[in-house]
Amino acid sequence: MKRKTEVSELIFKIVAYFVLIVFALLCVYPLIYALSSAFSSSDAVNSGKVILWPVEVQGEAFVSVLKDNMFWLNYSNTLFVTFLGTIWALGYSILGAYALSKKRLLGRRGWNFFLVFTMWFSAGIIPQFTNYQNTISIFDSIGIHDLKWTVVLAMGMNATNIILLRNSFEGVPSEIEEAARIDGATEMQILTKVYLPMSKATIATVALFFGISRWNGYFWSYKVMTGQQYSWPIQVYIRDYIDKYTTISGKGDELYMGNWSDLYPNFSAISVVYSMVVCAVIPILAIYPFIQKYFAKGVNMGGVKE
Amino acid sequence: MFKLKCDDFLIYNEETGTYSMADEQKVRDETERNRWKNTGWTILKDWRLYIMLVPMVLVYFLWKYMPMYELMGCFKNPTTANEHGTVASMSWTGLRYFEQLFSDPTYSWQFWRAFRNTFTTAFYGLLFGFPMPIILALFFNEVKSNVVRSIMQVCVYLPKFLSTVIVTSLVLMLFRGNGGSPDEQSVGIVSKVFQWFGASDSLVSNGLVYTTKYYRAIYIITDLWEHAGYDSIVFFAAVIAVSPTSYEAAQIDGAGKMAQMRYVVIPSILSTVVIMLIMKIGSLLSVGYEKIYLLLGEGPAIEGKDANYEVAHTVSTLANEWSNQQDRKAMGTAAEMLNNLIGMILVIGANKIARTASDVSLY
Repeated sequence: MKRKTEVSELIFKIVAYFVLIVFALLCVYPLIYALSSAFSSSDAVNSGKVILWPVEVQGEAFVSVLKDNMFWLNYSNTLFVTFLGTIWALGYSILGAYALSKKRLLGRRGWNFFLVFTMWFSAGIIPQFTNYQNTISIFDSIGIHDLKWTVVLAMGMNATNIILLRNSFEGVPSEIEEAARIDGATEMQILTKVYLPMSKATIATVALFFGISRWNGYFWSYKVMTGQQYSWPIQVYIRDYIDKYTTISGKGDELYMGNWSDLYPNFSAISVVYSMVVCAVIPILAIYPFIQKYFAKGVNMGGVKE
Repeated sequence: MFKLKCDDFLIYNEETGTYSMADEQKVRDETERNRWKNTGWTILKDWRLYIMLVPMVLVYFLWKYMPMYELMGCFKNPTTANEHGTVASMSWTGLRYFEQLFSDPTYSWQFWRAFRNTFTTAFYGLLFGFPMPIILALFFNEVKSNVVRSIMQVCVYLPKFLSTVIVTSLVLMLFRGNGGSPDEQSVGIVSKVFQWFGASDSLVSNGLVYTTKYYRAIYIITDLWEHAGYDSIVFFAAVIAVSPTSYEAAQIDGAGKMAQMRYVVIPSILSTVVIMLIMKIGSLLSVGYEKIYLLLGEGPAIEGKDANYEVAHTVSTLANEWSNQQDRKAMGTAAEMLNNLIGMILVIGANKIARTASDVSLY
């Protein structure tokens, strides 16, 4: 009997390790493949010779991306939107979450409901689109002509993040706040000197979530900025490039694709797309290892409450 | 300043030399009156708190609640709008667009197809997407070396942080077909693997994504790839929260590793599992439209592409498609509103159940 359990245990362990290793490898493999394909020749990419490492190495595809001015203009747009958008969203979320975490706030349940209701019900794409169009015309009339500001101010809301912050603020013992108040601290000082340092993990997590969603934002920027390529974020540019130069998205424009192999015999449009993917993913990969230890903590703290 | 005075409510009895309570009703009235006085005072005293609330409320009002005001467009005729095109200026049409949506032969089949697809996509997503994170969490528990486990976790969380555009670009490239001409843009690596196993020519030509019967599988599998690792965090936290004494007690009772899993680990994570399941069911209808939209593209361009609409087109993508057509805009609004209303009922219901089931709720 004892022997049998040992065998099943061993099998379970082997299966566990096998599944985890395969899944972990599958999660990183496409990125490695993208990197290798970006640096492989047209022939190697098209004939499927690239498996893991670059084959018939060429750097022209990547250089062509580096030289693509519009790509880098859009890259800077994404940086702009990510930086300002994260600060803006984090700012009003922290202030709002702090107020919501206070028991003495009148109509606290009502304000919470105001926030949570947006998680339950969303008006849908068409009303939102109309609303964004109205916003843009209002912004236009008050002198904000750059659509990037619409993206920064009006998009990327996330009620879950505010609730995470609120829960974390509620976890701070009220004795500390009272002590600070007796010492003559103002409301703002209590927030910045007591609450923020004690909720570092959650704030880092929430900042990461806001930042990532800004960096990755596609749909509304695309809808709102149709035809205004100078304001595009990088995600819209990548998708547009795929639609124009390749057939993989079911589109492909003869005007752009027609003489590709005459102009660039050494690399394919696919390699260029892979290079862009690599460029767009690098910032995420760069901050990811430093901040990933926080989010497991932050996610566990928030969410389930009461 | 508005503090209650004890003297008002306590009556001194001179004979016995003790205090007794005043008339209960009087106390209540007095407290009530003071409460309203106090309300004004607390708001004044904590005015900073309310100022802090303002930016958040403003942002949510302008860009979450104003669209809900725009919702009334689905009861109004868009052609009657004034030169500014505001909803308020349109004339009411009643439920005409809902009737059209349900029974007009030109539109209703599109709506019902989209509605069906929303449900099936969500259902399959739940069926395969829900157990995977739990399995991963149980497997992670088997890895005793912290270093090895951390490396694995870093790897599996990663796809969650890639953008939908990147994920769909990778999917489209890795699963691409050769479009019938082998020398132009040849097949992606996954299609290549299928080719080795003897896939049909049409499959290799269209690519897997644009082959209707594979579309759903690809959608679900890539969804798993994106989310399963990250979603396992919650369950893994529940697994490691099992106290070591429970294991020891089970060991003393002669339980092997598998019996411990069966009788110790699974019962202790069950409440988390149930809550997460209820929540998942609650958010069943809020299928992310960005990924579907990006995999679907717009309009048929290559063969087999159009057929995907049969299994992929959801209510959100339908509304998006109709958002540019003046005569269908109101109908699209109506369709998505219905979808989201049902979704909301599911969420609230799920939350109620979770609350009664375990005293834990998300909101």
